[in-house]
Amino acid sequence: MKKKLNKNSLNGFLNYGIVIAAFAALQVLIGMGRLSNTLQSLLVPACCYIVMAVSLNLTVGILGELSLGHAGFMSLGAFSGITASILLQSAIPMAPLRLAVSMVVGAAFGALGGVIVGVPVLRLQGDYLAIVTLAFGQIIQNIIMVLYVGVDSRGIHFAASSKRFDLAPDGTAIIKGPMGAVGVQKLASFTAGFVLILITLLVVQNLVNSRSGRAIMALRDNRIAAESVGINVTKYKLMAFVTSAALAGAAGALWGLNYSSTVASKFNFNTSILVLVFVVLGGLGSIRGSIIAAALLYVLPELLRGLGLDDYRMLIYAIVLILVMLATNNDKLKALVGRVIPKRKGAVNNG
Amino acid sequence: MKKKDLAALLMAGAMCFGLLAGCSNSGDKASGAPASDAGAQESAPGGSQGSGDAVTIKVGGIGPITGDAAQYGTATQWGAEIAVDEINALNGPVKLEFRYEDDTNVADTAVSAYNALKDWAKDAPLVIYGTTTTAPCVAVSAETFNDRYFQLTPSASSPDVVAGKDNVFQMCFTDPYLGTAGAEYLNSKGLGTKYGIIYNNGDPYSTGIAEAFITKAGELGMELVATQTYPDDKTTDYTVQLNACKDAGADVVFLPIYYTPASLILAQAKQMSYAPLFIGGDGMDGMLDMEGFDKSLAEGLLLMTPFSAGAEDERTQSFVKKYQEAHGILPNQFAADGYDCMYAIYEACCELEGLEGMDSAALCDALSAKFGGGEFSVDGLTGKGMTWKDTGEIDKSPLIFKVENGAYVDAQ
Repeated sequence: MKKKLNKNSLNGFLNYGIVIAAFAALQVLIGMGRLSNTLQSLLVPACCYIVMAVSLNLTVGILGELSLGHAGFMSLGAFSGITASILLQSAIPMAPLRLAVSMVVGAAFGALGGVIVGVPVLRLQGDYLAIVTLAFGQIIQNIIMVLYVGVDSRGIHFAASSKRFDLAPDGTAIIKGPMGAVGVQKLASFTAGFVLILITLLVVQNLVNSRSGRAIMALRDNRIAAESVGINVTKYKLMAFVTSAALAGAAGALWGLNYSSTVASKFNFNTSILVLVFVVLGGLGSIRGSIIAAALLYVLPELLRGLGLDDYRMLIYAIVLILVMLATNNDKLKALVGRVIPKRKGAVNNG
Repeated sequence: MKKKDLAALLMAGAMCFGLLAGCSNSGDKASGAPASDAGAQESAPGGSQGSGDAVTIKVGGIGPITGDAAQYGTATQWGAEIAVDEINALNGPVKLEFRYEDDTNVADTAVSAYNALKDWAKDAPLVIYGTTTTAPCVAVSAETFNDRYFQLTPSASSPDVVAGKDNVFQMCFTDPYLGTAGAEYLNSKGLGTKYGIIYNNGDPYSTGIAEAFITKAGELGMELVATQTYPDDKTTDYTVQLNACKDAGADVVFLPIYYTPASLILAQAKQMSYAPLFIGGDGMDGMLDMEGFDKSLAEGLLLMTPFSAGAEDERTQSFVKKYQEAHGILPNQFAADGYDCMYAIYEACCELEGLEGMDSAALCDALSAKFGGGEFSVDGLTGKGMTWKDTGEIDKSPLIFKVENGAYVDAQ
């Protein structure tokens, strides 16, 4: 018993180690001026996708429920985070603090979305969560497309169409329907992304290795058996799902504050599927797999630009995805890897 | 057995990569343009030293060449490539080195593409040409403003693109301008009594024009009886919107949308025997060349665009001929705007003093002052004597065409 516990926490510490080592190595490279502009511009979005993948893994890998609308929570986080950062511009002049507050606001809105979706749906058995989250992603996208938010001397204004959007001339429009949020001050930094990844790891790994985490995994493995020993199904499902949504919201806020303009159509079904692809290819339930898959697969299409493969980069990206999928599902290959690294076989399930 | 399978998998993978890499190496350098004399110079690094003391300016283009909006990106790419080949064949004091990056019409990919161009240019003077579509352009223009690169966009038409940035200029009309011009035209010509509008409320371009049109129509006292929207250009059924216009008795319907959905609207209106006067913006240009499109549907359609491939002047004819030879289709206004962008950059650079030795930031300041100064004017395919306001918006007027017998006729 004691040995197993050590192994779990060792695994967790290894994840922190990998992230910290990668951060340190990249910082050294930036300091030496050896990192190209392209790679530097990919650091923050890669951090966002890592957090997205790890948080979705909590729902899909650990809880065992399929979510197809993870980008919806990111969208909620992005637009609420942007709004918060603009509203607080004068109240909190310090950029890193304002970024942190915006990310907390983004996480809160993500969690709120998670509760709204989760409370009715997670009481049901079956694939309902997949259907409802799919719809949720679309609904959020359509709502933000007609949403107008602005602030002027009279306060904050919300409207569902530009006709009713009555802003005083001194006001700032924050979200302008299909134009999205424009003129956002860039607050995000690689360091902030790094800290967010560490916080995400801290939350997810501690949840997974806690009493609640074991209850969540018991629900995934056998719901009836888990219920029969008195585990509250809805409570633990909600716990995992809302945590996952909140982290996605924080990632969204970081994303929104990394670009001067963000449109709602960015967070569409394709983005949800992209994150799901990272999770599945990294290995369901494997936190480390999610981190590595998200980082590599996000950066890959951009790196292909530099290799003179411009015209074929999207094609190559698709081929790489298929090859990874084939390779990770190949029993022979797994056996081969298992022979080379014998420990790995046991670690797959514990992740 | 195991090793054999693994080896086969690896070999197959390696062959795929080899094949693709091989294709790309031969195709990449020419970047889609015919391998002309200029093309060879373009790909040779420092080719400028050979021909006197010409200064080479790197022009980095960004636009969608894959994905939903690929047709617009490829048009701006191809139009610009023709201009670059012509300019380099002139042997003038400035040569352009052109490279185009894909942004798939996504803002964050556009920023990555922009950074890839920065890596490509290294310390050489770089001008950003793009991006083609609005949402990515807003994201990229904020970056170029901070990093001090001059940016000229062929077709990103939202006012947000240039707002508050001294270094970003547009070759196309802004959306509100087009909407206002549309309302004024209809009102001054006395066309119609009741007006309807159908637009894509998920698209900044379409919404931008529509909002300006609605505002202006209100000011002019035009009776707007139906305002209909649809969420994205993948929509295939517009009968609900058309019925609403029909029931309200609209005899003019304004369609500030792209030509793909517009062609469906025209077809469906005909099916329900609803025949109001349809009027569209510059996104409508290109409809007549759509594959399998019945040109009789567009009969009587009005459209506001700066460019017509049927124009008689020699320069347009030569451009259309080159474009058709290289790519087999007629150029639309995106291609023409791209062509004009290259000449605008070239002519502005030629007029600059002390161009040699300028870095990107110095070039950005010089070009911004030139374009924003109001003195500089360019003749192009999309207008004569085009000048820019210091805000970055262009000063040129739209031409209004009517479709008659499958061709554009001036309806000014």
